Amino acid sequence: MSLTPLRLSLQTALCATLLAFLAGLLCARWRLDRRGPASAVLDALFMLPIALPPSVVGLVLLLIFGRSSPLGEMLARLGWSIIFTWPATVLASFVVAFPIMYQSARGAFRQIEPSLLDAARVFGRSEWSILWKIMLPVAWPGIAAGAILSFLRALGEFGATLMIAGNIPGRTATAPVAIFFAVEADERREAIILSAALLAISLVAIALLNRLHRPSI
Amino acid sequence: MAENGAAMKSLRILLAAAALSASAWAETPLNVSAATSLRDVLTEIKTLYLHDHPDVAVTMNFAGSGAIQRQIENGAPVDVFVSASRREIFALEKKDLLVRDSIRNVVRNTLVLIVPKENTAVHSFADLAKPEVRHIAIGEPRTVSVGTYTVETFAYLKLTSALAPKLVNLLDVGQVLTNVGTGDADAGVVYVTDARRSAKVRIAATAEAKMHQLILYPCAIPKASAHQPAARNFIAFLVSPAARAVFEQQGFLPPP
Repeated sequence: MSLTPLRLSLQTALCATLLAFLAGLLCARWRLDRRGPASAVLDALFMLPIALPPSVVGLVLLLIFGRSSPLGEMLARLGWSIIFTWPATVLASFVVAFPIMYQSARGAFRQIEPSLLDAARVFGRSEWSILWKIMLPVAWPGIAAGAILSFLRALGEFGATLMIAGNIPGRTATAPVAIFFAVEADERREAIILSAALLAISLVAIALLNRLHRPSI
Repeated sequence: MAENGAAMKSLRILLAAAALSASAWAETPLNVSAATSLRDVLTEIKTLYLHDHPDVAVTMNFAGSGAIQRQIENGAPVDVFVSASRREIFALEKKDLLVRDSIRNVVRNTLVLIVPKENTAVHSFADLAKPEVRHIAIGEPRTVSVGTYTVETFAYLKLTSALAPKLVNLLDVGQVLTNVGTGDADAGVVYVTDARRSAKVRIAATAEAKMHQLILYPCAIPKASAHQPAARNFIAFLVSPAARAVFEQQGFLPPP
């Protein structure tokens, strides 16, 4: 029994969270002041992965990136087939973590007093600088909470991961996948040790989350 | 009077419908859990069986043999278990979870190497070592019978260490077939009866019987079954000449 699935899981979840953090932040900023039907549709699209069963997410990713799709075929010709590789685990985790980050960042940005941003604009700051120097620090507790929740969701991803990354020990067998196969094979000890480790990581993350929510006066 | 007759007629129809549904309630439910590689053939055999036994309601559940073994150990209401290897049946028998002398050998099968139809590079198991073969889809060896036979074959051919980094362990034989069909895996190992069902794959090689344990499908009745007479009757049908004809037509071999 090895702890490789745990290492893989942490690597995958951290990478996916980083990507979701950047993409979620930028998309939240982009959609912040927009209204109208087009915006509503886009919003729904961003949130969709959180509402869909993992098997549907897995199927959609297979349809987009699989060898039998035009994009998958093109990527394969360039030597970049993603199915059954480690990046596929990151992709699956990213897709389910992104909506949480997006939602959290958008909520946090909306709490910012608009006059604060208007003042910065009057003083000639660029929108880019306003995002990183003002919005991010002011909205930080909400954004950090979103990042932690995204990380937890990424860490727990199982269904879509199994469908697009398979179960390759040491490369794509993340802890949730390894636990599933260990239970099937009646390797209870392995399953329990990995589960306990995930439980510990999750508890630490939830404790961090609670610290963020504590009013700091 | 005519109206009255019509009313009587509709009453009679109602009564007949009620009697029919009452007989539907009296049906014996029979849960058959079987290895995924039997999906098509057992579905066909079930139709044949129901033709002669309209009083039985057969429900089929297909999964990897190891997964079904686990379900039975955890108390799943299975009446007939058809495994794709003897390992699961032995394990359940050792735990005293099977009805004594209910075990019968149903059929045998053959292991084949498959590749996507358009693949022209692979013509033998040894070709799997070529660099252009990146992912080889196999059943998870600990729980999926076809995966166990696959790693035995690789070991016999002394390919284990060369192929280890390429192996993708999947949930059942169906997932292997699908992923080779789509081209997401460059090769895979399944039973010949699965390979024949897909137009998207080509059989590149056939494993010889000496390379792996005998691929035998035994069946048995779990002790927890509440419908043992019906289960015995179904198993008797599985090993009957009528069912065997369907098995052989789909490429299965008779048991030794």
